[in-house]
Amino acid sequence: MTMPLAMRMLRRNAAAAELRVLFIALVIAIASVTTVGFFADRVQAALDQQANELLGGDLVLIADHPVPAKFRDMAAAGGLTVAQTRTFPSMVGAGEGVNLAEIKAVSPAFPLRGRIRVTEAVGGAEREVEGGPAPGTVWIGLPLAGRLGVKVGDKLKVGRAQLAIAEIIAREPDSVLDYFGIAPRVLMNEADVESTGLIQVGSRVTHRLLVRGDMKAVERFRAQAKPALGRGERVEGVRDARSEVRIALERSQHFLGLASLLSVVLAAVAVALAARRFSQREIDAAAMMRCLGATQSQIFRLHAAQFIVLGIVACIAGGALGYAAQAILAHWLSAFFTVQLPLPGPLPGVRGVGIGLVLLLGFTLPPLLRLRNASTLRVLRHELAASEPVSAAAFALGLVALGALVIWQAGDLKLGAIALGGFAAALAVAALAGYALIRAVAHLRGAAKGPWRYGLANLRRRTGASLVQIVALGLGIMAMLLLTIVRTELVTTWQQSMPPDMPNRFALNIQDDQLAPVQRLFADEGLTTPDLYPMVRGRLMAIGDREVSAAAFTDERARRLVEREFNLSWADRLRPDNRVVSGDFWKPGERAAQFSVEEGLAKTLGIKVGDVLAFDVAGSRFTAKVSSLRKVDWDSFKPNFYVIATPPVLQGYPANWITSFHLPAGREEVVTRLVQRFPNVSVIDMSALMAQFQRITDEVSRAVEFVFLFAIAAGLVVLFAAITSTQEERVFEGAILRTLGASTRQLAILQLAEFLAIGLLAGCVAAGGAVSLAVVLADRVLGVPYQVHALLPLAGIVAGGLGVAIAGLIGTRRAVSSPPLQTIRAVT
Amino acid sequence: MDRRKVAEQRLAAPIVRAEGLTKQVTTPDHELTIVKGATFVIRTGEAVAILGASGSGKSTLLGLLAGLDVPTAGRVWIGEDDLFALSEDGRARLRGQHVGFVFQSFQLLPALTALENAMLPLELAGGRDAAARARSMLERVGLGERLSHYPRQLSGGEQQRVAVARAFVTQPRLLFADEPTGNLDSVTGEHVIELLFEMNRERGATLVLVTHDADLARRCDRRIHIAAGEIVAED
Repeated sequence: MTMPLAMRMLRRNAAAAELRVLFIALVIAIASVTTVGFFADRVQAALDQQANELLGGDLVLIADHPVPAKFRDMAAAGGLTVAQTRTFPSMVGAGEGVNLAEIKAVSPAFPLRGRIRVTEAVGGAEREVEGGPAPGTVWIGLPLAGRLGVKVGDKLKVGRAQLAIAEIIAREPDSVLDYFGIAPRVLMNEADVESTGLIQVGSRVTHRLLVRGDMKAVERFRAQAKPALGRGERVEGVRDARSEVRIALERSQHFLGLASLLSVVLAAVAVALAARRFSQREIDAAAMMRCLGATQSQIFRLHAAQFIVLGIVACIAGGALGYAAQAILAHWLSAFFTVQLPLPGPLPGVRGVGIGLVLLLGFTLPPLLRLRNASTLRVLRHELAASEPVSAAAFALGLVALGALVIWQAGDLKLGAIALGGFAAALAVAALAGYALIRAVAHLRGAAKGPWRYGLANLRRRTGASLVQIVALGLGIMAMLLLTIVRTELVTTWQQSMPPDMPNRFALNIQDDQLAPVQRLFADEGLTTPDLYPMVRGRLMAIGDREVSAAAFTDERARRLVEREFNLSWADRLRPDNRVVSGDFWKPGERAAQFSVEEGLAKTLGIKVGDVLAFDVAGSRFTAKVSSLRKVDWDSFKPNFYVIATPPVLQGYPANWITSFHLPAGREEVVTRLVQRFPNVSVIDMSALMAQFQRITDEVSRAVEFVFLFAIAAGLVVLFAAITSTQEERVFEGAILRTLGASTRQLAILQLAEFLAIGLLAGCVAAGGAVSLAVVLADRVLGVPYQVHALLPLAGIVAGGLGVAIAGLIGTRRAVSSPPLQTIRAVT
Repeated sequence: MDRRKVAEQRLAAPIVRAEGLTKQVTTPDHELTIVKGATFVIRTGEAVAILGASGSGKSTLLGLLAGLDVPTAGRVWIGEDDLFALSEDGRARLRGQHVGFVFQSFQLLPALTALENAMLPLELAGGRDAAARARSMLERVGLGERLSHYPRQLSGGEQQRVAVARAFVTQPRLLFADEPTGNLDSVTGEHVIELLFEMNRERGATLVLVTHDADLARRCDRRIHIAAGEIVAED
C-alpha cells in the first residue's frame, strides 16, 4: 500500500523545484561519467576486437636487433606460420618532393592476421587485399600519396632504390593510433631492403617476428620463447598486449574519467541541497502522518520509494544522454584513430547507474532518515520540535563513497589519492578564497545604494549557500579557463619563446664518409654549416658492480630506459649549451676513458660521479668512470646525449652522425637536394612536429573541455539548488519590499546584485585558480615564463558574472513578480 | 445620520475612499467572497480601527486599502489617486511616498541592520540623507543605541519599534497597521501602541489599524466592524 501512495506523492512532488534539481543533477552526473565511459569502451573494444590484427599475428616477438634464428626454429618446430617485419624511418621521394616515412619491410606471409585495406587513388573506393607488396613494389599510406602528389604506377625513391607504387594504403593492421602522422607508412617487400642501402650499422630498426597457429601451439611457443628472451627482446600476445599505445590510452582514459568526476562531485552538492530542502518541506506532512498512526519505517519507505523511482528514471535519462554525447567526444578525438571505433557496450551504462545510485543513497539518505524521526510535536507547535539541521557528518557515507569512486576511476591507489587530494585542495582553496571575497564584498556594501546594498547584504547572510555556489561554479569555470589558456596562450608563448634561428630540422643517419660532403652542401646553399655529432648505439650493462636489468628498477621511466639502447656520443670538449653540475669535464685531448652523464638520467638510474659504467656496443663490452654530470637544455632542439664519452672510448665503433639546423622558410628545396644526394639521410621537420603538437593539444583540450562542460552544468544545478532552497525567503522578502514601495525594477536589481556578485566572485576564484595553475604549468612543464594576459581571466569573470546573473534572475523571477499580500500571509 | 454628517464636516478632507470594494477568490468547488461591497471614507488625521473576528476579512480589507492586493470589484482612492488605475509599480511608488505599514510579525529584513531596515523605504524612494533621517527616527523610538544590530539580535518589542520607525521614516500621510501587537506580550504591546499614537499625533498622520483588541480599538476615533466580509457597523 506504500507504493501507490508513494507514486501519488511523487506525481504531486514532481512539480516541486527541489526534486527537479535533484533529477537534473543526477542526470548530469551520470551523463558526464557515461560519456567518457562509453567512449573509453569504444576505444577498448577497438583494441580488443582487432587485437590480433593489431599485432599482425597471434603473437609477436619484438627486438631492437635482428631476431635470433633460434626463435624462428622454435616456431617452425611448433608448426607455426611465421612472418618477419623490419621497421625504420627514412626519407622517400618522388620527383622534387621528399618526405619522411615509416618504412616497413615485410616477408611474403605478412600479414598473418587481418587484411590491408587499399585504394587506387586518394578519395577512391577501398577494398581489402590479401598479403603484402610484391618485390619491386611499394604500398604507401594515404597521407604520403597526398603530400608527394603521386598515384599508383608512379615510382617512389626509397634510399637508392626506385620502387613502383602498387597500392595506396587506406588502413593497415597493426596501427590504431596515428599519433603524429608525421611519418606516413611505406610498405615494401623485404627482398628490396638490400637494394635501398638504408639499413646500415647503427640504424634504428625494430625487428618483429610474427607467428600464427592454433592457440595451443601459440601458447607452447610463448612458454618456450619467454625464458629464452635476451635484452631488448619481448613478446606481445593478443591477451597481454600491454603495448605503449594501450598504456597511453588507458592513462588518458583515467584522466578523462577523473575530469568527468568533477561534475559528479558538484552534482553531489546539488543532490544534498535538494534532498535537504525536500525533507524540510515534507517534515510537517511526515509529522502529521505519524500523528495519524504511520510507523517510522512506513514514512521512510514512502519517501525512499519516491527517490528510488526518481533515481531510476534519472539513470536512464543520464545514460541516454551520455550515449549521445560520447559521439561528440569520439568526433573530437577521431583524428587520432586510424580505425573505425565499434559501438560501445552496455557496461559503462551500468557503471553510470552505479554512480547515480551512490549519489542518490549517499546524499539523500541522511535527510530521509531525519524525516522518519519527525516529531509529532511539530503538529502542535513548530518551535517545540525544531529539528537539528542535517550536519555535514551525516553525509560521511556519501563522501566516502565519492572518495572510493575517485580512486576507482583513477585506476591506481596512488594516482587516486593524488586526485582525491587535488579535489579536496581545490575545494578548500576555492572555499577559502570565496569566503574571503564574500566578507570583502559584504564589507563594501555600505557604499552601495538601496537594492544593490540589500542584494549584497543577502550574499553575506546566506554565506554558506553563497559559498557553495561560488565554489561549484568557480571550479567549473576554472577548468574551462585553464584549458583555454593552455590551448591558446601557453602553447603560443612556448613557441614564441624559441629564437628565430632555432633549429627546425633534424638530419639523422649521416655516415662517416658523408660528413665533409654534407657540410659542403650546406656551405654551397649559403647556410651555416651545422655541427655534426656522432652517435653510437649501446646498451647499459652495469653501474659499478651492479648488473643492470629492468627488473631491478621500480620506476617506470628507469625500466624503459634500461630496456632500450642508448645513443652514446663522444666529444673532446664541453659544448657551451651544456653545463656541468657535478664533477669535472675532461680537458681537450684527454685519452683516459671517462663518461659524462646527463643529470636527469643519473638521478633516475642512481648514477653518481665516480661510478664505473659498463656498456655493450655491437657485442663488445667496455667500462669507464663517470667524471661529471651535465645539465642539458632539451628544449634547444639540438642533438643532446644522455651519455658522452672521451673520444678514444667510442671512436673505434661504427657511428652515424646527427645534426640539427635552421632552414629558413622558402628553402625547403635544400632538403630535397640533401636527400637526393644522400638517400640514407633522414630529415625530420620539427616545424611540422610543432604544428602537429599544436593540433593534438587543440583536439585533446577541446575533448577535455567538452567533459568539463558537464562540470559547468553541474555548477549551474548547484546554483539552482541553492536558489530553490531560498526561494520562499526571496519571494517573501520581495513582498515586504513591495509593501515598502519597491518597484519591479528595484526588486530585479536586488536579485541581480546578489547573483552578479556570486557570478563575479566565482569568476574571480576561477580566474585566480586558472592563472596560478597556468603559471605553474608554464614553469614546470613548458619551462617558459607565462605572461598573464588579462583578457582571458577577465572573460572568465565577466562570463561567470553574466551567466550566473541571467540564470539567477530566471530562477527567482517569482520573487519579483508575486503579488505582495498573499505571499506575506502565506508565509506568516 | 445627522451626527455623522456633523462629524464629517468637523473633520478634514478624505484621505481614503473605498467604493463597493469586493474581493472574491475561486476555490475548486465554489466562489468565496472575502470582502463584500465595502464603502467608506477615512479622513485625514483620523485614527480608525477595523474590528472583526478571525477570518472576517479585515486583514484582506486592509491589504486592499494599501494596494497590496487587487480587488475583484470596487475602487479605492488614496487622496486624489485611483489606486487600482495605477500599475503595480505605480501603487508601490505611492506607498513609498505616502503610506507606512506595520505588520503583526514585524517583517524586518533579516540581512539588514536596524539602521539599514529603517533606511530602506527612503532608499527605495531615492531620498537623500537616508542614514541621518533613519538614525533620528530610531532615536525617536528609543533604539539609538542599537543601530547596527541585526533583527535576530533584537527582542520582539524592539523589532516592532524598528518596524514603526521604518513605517514613519518617510513621513507618510497614512499608516496601516495589521494587528501590530498580536505577537507581543501585553506590556510591550502597550508601549508600541503608545508609540503609534504619539507618532500619529506628532506627525498628523492618519492611522488605520486592524485589531481584535477592544482596548486598542476604544482609543481610536472610529471603529469599523466587519463580519463575513461585510461592514456591519461603524461607531
